[in-house]
Amino acid sequence: MSEPTTLTSPSTQTAAARAVVASLGKEESYLRTVVRRFFRHRLAGIGLFAFLAMILVAVLAPLLAPHDPNQIFDQFQAAPSSAHLLGTDPVGRDVLSRLIYGARVSITVSVGAVSVYVIIGVCVGLAAGYYGKVVDSVLMRVVDVFMSFPYFMVILILVAVIGPSLMNITLAIGVLGWPVISRLVRGSVLSIKNQDYVKAGIALGYSTPKILFQHILPNALSPIIVNATFGIANAIILESGLSFLGLGVRPPAASWGNMLSDAQSITVMTSQPWLWLPPGIAIFVTVLAINFVGDGLRDALESRETKSHR
Amino acid sequence: MSVIEATTRKARARAGVPDGEPLLSVQDLKLHYPIRGGIVSRQTGAVRAVDGVSFEVFPGETLGIVGESGCGKSTTGRAIIRLENPTAGAVVFGGRDLAGLNTRELRRVRLNLQMVFQDPYSSLNPQKRIGDLLAEPLVAHGRASRKEAGERVTEMLDRVGLSAQFKGRYPHELSGGQRQRVGIARALMLDPTLLVLDEPVSALDVSIQAQVLNLLRDLQAELGLTYIFISHGLGAVRYISDRIVVMYLGKVMEVATTAELFANPRHPYTEILLDAYPAPNPHLRDKERTVVEGDVPNAAKPPSGCVFHTRCPFAQDKCRTEEPRLGGGSHAFACHFPLDAGRPTAASGNPETTKNPGVPA
Repeated sequence: MSEPTTLTSPSTQTAAARAVVASLGKEESYLRTVVRRFFRHRLAGIGLFAFLAMILVAVLAPLLAPHDPNQIFDQFQAAPSSAHLLGTDPVGRDVLSRLIYGARVSITVSVGAVSVYVIIGVCVGLAAGYYGKVVDSVLMRVVDVFMSFPYFMVILILVAVIGPSLMNITLAIGVLGWPVISRLVRGSVLSIKNQDYVKAGIALGYSTPKILFQHILPNALSPIIVNATFGIANAIILESGLSFLGLGVRPPAASWGNMLSDAQSITVMTSQPWLWLPPGIAIFVTVLAINFVGDGLRDALESRETKSHR
Repeated sequence: MSVIEATTRKARARAGVPDGEPLLSVQDLKLHYPIRGGIVSRQTGAVRAVDGVSFEVFPGETLGIVGESGCGKSTTGRAIIRLENPTAGAVVFGGRDLAGLNTRELRRVRLNLQMVFQDPYSSLNPQKRIGDLLAEPLVAHGRASRKEAGERVTEMLDRVGLSAQFKGRYPHELSGGQRQRVGIARALMLDPTLLVLDEPVSALDVSIQAQVLNLLRDLQAELGLTYIFISHGLGAVRYISDRIVVMYLGKVMEVATTAELFANPRHPYTEILLDAYPAPNPHLRDKERTVVEGDVPNAAKPPSGCVFHTRCPFAQDKCRTEEPRLGGGSHAFACHFPLDAGRPTAASGNPETTKNPGVPA
């Protein structure tokens, strides 16, 4: 959608944006601009809505699921019916219920892993960028080492060694994901630390952590947020991949990835689509929604300088 | 002048400096940026940004530092408050050499030296409201609770000519002049005795420049402040400074009181600098001017002897081999063949303009 159109005939998204804006109050002018720009991006609005819906489903799983996800019924691989809306799996469990509980795994692992690696990445990036010299060289060589690992293989091996569990997958993805963030942060810090407001902070005798976390980090946040958003989508795919290979969450717990592993057989692929289509679509829709949110955030956050900086 | 005397007395009392003693003394300050090259990145040379600068600043005065861009005036300012570490030399403040202090002591002593920056756009954190920016120094050093800090912020905003409404605004909502006032207010929150003003008005419109310069003057008289005023704009420097240091290629060329410097420049560079600045009175503009040719030499390879000899119209053989020393006395200059004292120059033709507030460059 082109800009003039939105300006003359406001869409539902901009109306929604206005409602959000109104609730934020007048002083948050920067946030208001960001929210308005974000919702001007129609797909981003839809994506955010879909992602929030997914989180809601995960949180309310016990209320929404028609059955216990681990309860075994006497029909195996039953086609969708009124009793089992999406049929049952080869063990006789309700597919819809497992799908709903699977959202919990995907969201916990992805958000958890991204939180872990954003924290590590931010700290490493801040230190490397701010202190420079030897600290920077050493940390960046560590980053190079981490980046040269074949990501998926290392996670596979890590999980295989420490054992597959929700916690372990989260940690494995988190511990390997930080280098990208730390490079991003380092780059921002390098330019921000030469700004006069940082120099003023030094002259005013602020402690280094205060300068790093209160003056530099808030100004380096937008690329981190955007990257983290895409990271969540990535982590969902990684987790599904691991579960598909049997190294994800331990059965009988449901996850979208281990539900998909049923599709390893040709019979299931060709004649029982209710077993693999729902988890596949769930992964696809969630990842797509998050990527749209990421795109919207990038547009909303990164064009900031032009308007509010001068 | 009684106002100046009162300011001096106030500043002397606040800093605890005895009569006739400088508040800050810069001694043979050097700041060289290493140039590294080769495979093992050995140091192959150095950019001599500041190369042996000495001067003193007395309580209550404004010392102007002028020179063209790249002459090391800003670097000198930053080295004084230790935003950059000097390669050699001493900065003695309140009887103590800042170079000899450990990190913690330095941090405490440095609070008495604050800085106002050139670019009012990059000197304020865009994510913080004005009220928080100004309260932060007090809260961070435990000098006031959040609530008390709020009152002090209102007072300070009032002092720099801004209303309390500005507390809730973000820097991008302010004009350049307003931001610079906030920058000055922030520097004053911790009651410093000395302010390094690094081109504080160069980025502002001419009409706003005059306002900010007047504000700085009023604050100086009111609070007994001492200023180091760095600028390339001769008008602004002349308006606000009591004494002026002229720098060229990292070295001091001439030091004199403002009136003396403008009336009797002794160093050829000073005269050229003054001549380059158009006289406020258009009828005086047809006087013959000394114009300098060529560019400032590379600070990594400064010329031998007097650093100005490559561009000096009066350069002799001696200038190319022997470096002139900065003479002593109240009017010091570093030149083997100084200009004659007492002859009229373009800039001194109209003494009335000396303190004319309307014409900062």
